[in-house]
Amino acid sequence: MAVANYLYLSAILFTIGAIGVVVRRNSIVVFMCIELMLNAANLAFVTFARINGNLEGQVVAFFTMVVAACEVVVGLAIIVTIYRSRRSASVDDASLLKR
Amino acid sequence: MSLLTLVGALPLLGAALIYLIPNKNTELVKKFALLVTTLVAVASIFLAIGFDKSVTTMQFTQSNSWISAFNINFAVGIDGISLVLILLSTILVPIVVLATWHESDGGRWSVKTFYVLILILETMMIGVFAATDLFLFYVFFEAMLIPVYFLIGGYGSANRSAAAVKFLLYSLFGGLLMLASIIGVYVISGNQIGATFDLTQLATLEIDNQTENFLFLGFFIAFAIKAPLWPFHTWLPDAAKAATPGTSVLLLGVLDKVGTYGMIRFCIELFPDASKTFTPLIITLAVISIIYGAFMAIGQKDIKGLIAFTSISHFGFITMGIFAMTTQGMSGSNLYMVNHGFSTAALFLIAGWMMARRNSSIISDFGGLQRVTPVMAWSFFIAGLSGLALPGLASFVSEFLVLVGTYTRYPVAAIIGTLGIILAALYILIPIQKTLHGPVTPGNEKMTDLNLREKIAIAPVIAIIVVMGFYPKPVLDLINPTSEKVVTNAGFTDPVAEVNK
Amino acid sequence: MQTSENLLWLIALPLFSSAILLLAGKRANSWGHIMGTIVSASTFTIGIIEFFAMQSRSEENRAVTQKIFTWISVGSFNVDASLLLDQLSICFVLLITGVGTLIHVYSIAYMSHDLDRRRFFAYLNLFIASMLLLVLGDSYLNLYVGWEGVGLASYLLIGFWNEKPAYATAAKKAFVANRVGDVGLSLAIMISFATFGDVSFSGMKDSVDQASSTQLTAIGLMLLLAACGKSAQFPLQSWLGDAMAGPTPVSALIHAATMVTAGVYLITRSNFVFDAAPIAQLMVLIVGGVTLLFGAIIGMAKDDIKKALAASTMSQIGYMILATGLGPIGYAFAIMHLLTHGFFKASMFLGAGSVMHGMKDEVNMRKYGGIGKFMPITFLTFGLGYLAIIGVPPFAGFYSKDKIIETALNEGGIKGLILGSATLLGAMITAFYMTRVVILTFFGNERWGHKDEPHESPALMLVPIGLLSVGSVASGYLLYKGDWLVHWLEPVVNPLKVHHKELLPPIVVSIMAVAVVLIGVSIAVLKYRGEQSDKAPERVSVFTRAARKDLFQDNFNEATFMRPGQSVVKNLLNIDYLLIDGLVRGVGSVSLNAGNKLRVIQNGYVRSYALLMVVGALALIATIWVVTA
Repeated sequence: MAVANYLYLSAILFTIGAIGVVVRRNSIVVFMCIELMLNAANLAFVTFARINGNLEGQVVAFFTMVVAACEVVVGLAIIVTIYRSRRSASVDDASLLKR
Repeated sequence: MSLLTLVGALPLLGAALIYLIPNKNTELVKKFALLVTTLVAVASIFLAIGFDKSVTTMQFTQSNSWISAFNINFAVGIDGISLVLILLSTILVPIVVLATWHESDGGRWSVKTFYVLILILETMMIGVFAATDLFLFYVFFEAMLIPVYFLIGGYGSANRSAAAVKFLLYSLFGGLLMLASIIGVYVISGNQIGATFDLTQLATLEIDNQTENFLFLGFFIAFAIKAPLWPFHTWLPDAAKAATPGTSVLLLGVLDKVGTYGMIRFCIELFPDASKTFTPLIITLAVISIIYGAFMAIGQKDIKGLIAFTSISHFGFITMGIFAMTTQGMSGSNLYMVNHGFSTAALFLIAGWMMARRNSSIISDFGGLQRVTPVMAWSFFIAGLSGLALPGLASFVSEFLVLVGTYTRYPVAAIIGTLGIILAALYILIPIQKTLHGPVTPGNEKMTDLNLREKIAIAPVIAIIVVMGFYPKPVLDLINPTSEKVVTNAGFTDPVAEVNK
Repeated sequence: MQTSENLLWLIALPLFSSAILLLAGKRANSWGHIMGTIVSASTFTIGIIEFFAMQSRSEENRAVTQKIFTWISVGSFNVDASLLLDQLSICFVLLITGVGTLIHVYSIAYMSHDLDRRRFFAYLNLFIASMLLLVLGDSYLNLYVGWEGVGLASYLLIGFWNEKPAYATAAKKAFVANRVGDVGLSLAIMISFATFGDVSFSGMKDSVDQASSTQLTAIGLMLLLAACGKSAQFPLQSWLGDAMAGPTPVSALIHAATMVTAGVYLITRSNFVFDAAPIAQLMVLIVGGVTLLFGAIIGMAKDDIKKALAASTMSQIGYMILATGLGPIGYAFAIMHLLTHGFFKASMFLGAGSVMHGMKDEVNMRKYGGIGKFMPITFLTFGLGYLAIIGVPPFAGFYSKDKIIETALNEGGIKGLILGSATLLGAMITAFYMTRVVILTFFGNERWGHKDEPHESPALMLVPIGLLSVGSVASGYLLYKGDWLVHWLEPVVNPLKVHHKELLPPIVVSIMAVAVVLIGVSIAVLKYRGEQSDKAPERVSVFTRAARKDLFQDNFNEATFMRPGQSVVKNLLNIDYLLIDGLVRGVGSVSLNAGNKLRVIQNGYVRSYALLMVVGALALIATIWVVTA
């Protein structure tokens, strides 16, 4: 089953991304891992579009890309700002959510 | 647009305009707030003049589609019961504004915010009594909490934050139960007559007994908390102690009436069968409230706590009258709501002035005020006498109607309730003696009597208390047709006198 | 029934006057007392006019009504504010306004040194208005307004000098005791409405035959409770002695002549209920009999002149209540005694006030003695009142009391014997304690212990006393002559046309009555002639000690009602805080604790949040998988 392999790949990519988000400290790397997860999702969408023979999955993938692009802009801006004030790109240094 | 909507919207407009006044100009803010609220009072009197006493249907109605997907309408209208309560609110607000001229000065936020909150609250109060759409009622019912929360939390005395939170949580809890019931009713209406929130249509629903009981309880608990009825009362003394006197007047005088009003308008009108089922329980709770509130009032050391507990006792009377299901009880309760509003207002405002002058709310800190501040003492005395339902003053007529109406159906409850009048004499006269009589206690010698502004504020309240005692007919004429209709629709007829059987 | 437009003025005039005096404040200080007196005199004038108008009409047309407005109207409960002046109420109107006016005049002088004289007159006017409303109301609910109104006036006047905490407490006590009675009246009205569908006198009277006797008994007993509260009858009598804290004119007007007799009015007015409810009527007899002895016994031991007179009032009202319990024939005699008592007791109270005025407000009779020669006019008038109250012919009290004793004896059987001996014993004790009062005050050695001689009071005080003592001499005969009052009241109280059979000829009863009076007087003279100490003897019998303490009624009330009440309050305060509010606070603290525990998870590290999300997502997937599989 050739199509199922795409789904396995998507799952593996997503898992790598998720593990990366959880274990890595550098915020840039965390960020890239998030992108990885998004793209894993995209892959899954496209695969399902293929399986079902319609275009909806493709369209959602485009949406995801657009959202991901926006997110990159905002996310990078935040990271840069934090880096400026804290001199560190470690996510653990920004534990402000606690209080 | 009906006059009713206009009356309701006017305070909101005023609130918006007040925001344009610069923060520093507090005197102008106050004067403007007084002007707006007085205008609302005058407009509401026109409402009463234009009201047709001969019909029992809703008047001054207006209905606009609001959320059409759920068939929610902005639907308002008034009958006799809601009219008198709206009048109570609109007349009390300017009096409160005038009486508590300086009470916002030391608050957490600005004077302007205080009056904006008061005006928003007024709109909510009018709205909650005028709404004829269940969902709209719910919105007003809950939204009303917000200004009160800030009024208590921002301008009250010590412990205000805790009291405000307690008030809010208590009310929200009741509100959520009611929301569940509202959704239930809505769903049932969807199955039977097409989904609607319209009160008159909802009253025609055929609901099976068990469901009706649950729906009824959802509403009733919300209103019992609001009223408050024993054992849901503990928020009231705390809130009354922490709030400023003016806020307390609105809280006890008007907001709590939403509870008893809701019992009539929603519990009884929507669920007559369940009302019948729960009547013995509710009457019991009401009688406990009467006696319990009275005993607690006797034991209070704090003057605000005293007034709060007397109110709990009085709310027991009101609830008892409502669920006695006789025209006398129903009309008496409605009248009681109005009378209680005014006499509590008088008590709280004067107590507020006393406390502001003495900087204490402990009863035993006062003494001999009759010598030092005769006008204040007399006003307090008359307000107190109205609180103990002295014949010739407003509360008597209503209390007696409630008792007579209850006696014809539930003699035992009425007899126990009547014993409450002895306790009433105690809980009023003991503090009267401690504050007004006896030698002048140290610290009170220099107390000043009421100034002109305060006299002007309290005079109409006292006048209403006296006039309503001797001539309650105009108000009773407004109330009677509606309360007869409510009793009849609930499937009750007045018991017939023995000799006429 | 005829209508009259004058009735409203009877109430409105003093009410407005009172309001004006209170609202005008200090500005009215210079003329307030004059206005109060003039207003009271005008109500008396209206009363006189109405009386003569009434007399000139034929018997069935005598009663007049005036509807003022619709007061309460809800469903079948309809009460008009309307007034009824009939043969019974006119007696009261004349008594209230007549004695009231005299006491107004007296008070001008008596209160002349008081800074608050204006306020005093405002209260007096308020009292007159309320009392007139009480006797003029044509339904129980209207009566109730007056009933509580006089209670309020009494509260204000007892506590007139409320700077003294004891006086303020006395006022409160009176009001609360009255409230207990008011519960009775409230309930009576409620039962009446449930039974008759009406609370007006005429409406209830018309359909009294159709009512069940249980209901009528209940109404009767509740009315009796009301009467006990207002008229200081056993077991609600304890407030009257303390009520003497008020200025003496108040004691004369309210706590002797008028307000405390309202209970007698109430029972007489409700004659149709009591005549149909034998059990209630029997209770009336018992209450009256017990109180007349109770009051008399207390009266024997009191050294405070006003309290002795108050005890006497209690006992005399006991006579009246007893008479009303004797059925149709008794009502007229009750009212007759009420009227004569109004005269002689008011005159004696004012006399006592005059003595106090001359004695620097001393009330202890042990500190009096030999005042007669310094205050001859007071002595004379007091003496006339004294002769009237103990029932020496031909003074007023003789006729009225004699009739009550006679009727009581004529009941026959055990009942007649008990009632007859109670009334005779009461008469003897009355003679004893009143003689004691007179001897201690006006005769014997001077015991006031200061140099200033007592002085006679000003004419403004003496004239009213004089007029009242004329009444206490003549009123009895006038009312008795040709059974005038009995015939006058006939349409109201329906005395049975069949005459009671007379067990004893009236002359024998009269001789017995006079004999016991003579015995009482002689005992007192023997005991109190000669030198008296200015201190009350301390080694006295148990009975005297008990009588001095009002036969422990206060202690009883304290132990049965006050202390348990206080502990209920205390316990409820705890229950409310710990249990009911405790539950609410419990919910709050549980949430708070849960929050504190769960807060550990919210450590602020993005990575752990992400991990939680992953775990959550996995759990969700697992759940879906399990459920669908």
